[in-house]
Amino acid sequence: MKLFHTLFLGVFLLFSTQLIAADTYVLGSKVDDFTLKNIDGTMISLSSYTKNDGVVIVFTCNHCPYSKLYEDRIVALDASMKKKKYSVLAINPNDPIAYPDDSFENMIVRAKEKKFTFPYVIDETQEIAKKFGATRTPHFFILKKVNNSFEIAYIGALDDNAQEPDSVTVNYVEKAVDAIQKGDKVEPASTKAIGCSIKWKK
Amino acid sequence: MIMCRNIIIVFFFTAMTVKAQVGSMNVDQMTERLTKNNDTTFIVNFWATWCKPCVEELPVFESITQKYPKGRIKVLLVSLDFKNKVQSVLIPFVKKRNLQSEVIWLNEKNYDAIIDKIHPDWSGSLPATLIVAPHNRIVFFKEGTIDEQELHSHILTE
Repeated sequence: MKLFHTLFLGVFLLFSTQLIAADTYVLGSKVDDFTLKNIDGTMISLSSYTKNDGVVIVFTCNHCPYSKLYEDRIVALDASMKKKKYSVLAINPNDPIAYPDDSFENMIVRAKEKKFTFPYVIDETQEIAKKFGATRTPHFFILKKVNNSFEIAYIGALDDNAQEPDSVTVNYVEKAVDAIQKGDKVEPASTKAIGCSIKWKK
Repeated sequence: MIMCRNIIIVFFFTAMTVKAQVGSMNVDQMTERLTKNNDTTFIVNFWATWCKPCVEELPVFESITQKYPKGRIKVLLVSLDFKNKVQSVLIPFVKKRNLQSEVIWLNEKNYDAIIDKIHPDWSGSLPATLIVAPHNRIVFFKEGTIDEQELHSHILTE
């Protein structure tokens, strides 16, 4: 009887951890493929990046002052990442009803103004942001390629100084990608930052 | 006599501006502020003038300040506005809205180093609200907006 109990508990625990894992990605999670619409009208799938070594995903938007602080830095990051066989993919998860500034049409305008060199896609259902556990904009995730699929290797901020780009002492994303490419441990593998809350649909 | 009056006028205006000013504190100074009065429960709201949901919920905190004018409940509005916007945006905003709650500006640069110090459950998104009971006892934390009823339910249990 006791064995039965233990077995039952074991099965329960197994299921509950699987449920948590299916809920939100954490460090080391394998990322499912997704397809989102880019500002040029094309559909972009994560699986199209498997020729790269990895992808830097940033959840961002048009209206948020913290996102705006990072626009130029994301363009610079894209240039640097391309040399490292990584790509930047920007995803806008916000509900455009809450913030008309974050509509698809305004994404096109903003990307043109800031001369984005990377795709800027819309997460209309907000499912991808939820799966990633994104809470704010900007929120960065590094995906490294492992056996032709992607795995989460870093979650957090781009660097350690949002307000004064000249006073940045650590660029966490660059540092993490360098560590991955050297085969070193990513340290820190997660950081926190102030940002605008993602505007979830009501 | 005239000089004396002038001095009084000067004092009067100084007092007025001091009231409308926004104190600047780093996280350690803020924590010290929260633990100094050991009979006070603090409701600490992290906000910014650029954050729409934050600005929309300010009346909730203002109403708490009005309900407990001298009581053991005190609201602290901690602004995360950008440093270069304190004088040009934050202070005029506080004056224009005539905010009665105490407003401080959080003087920090590296947020990764301080967010966990404030609360481990905080991802850094705004707004966020913390309730600190006497003796630095954290009784509540929430990332996201809060309504008056929810806030009251947590104050009343203290």
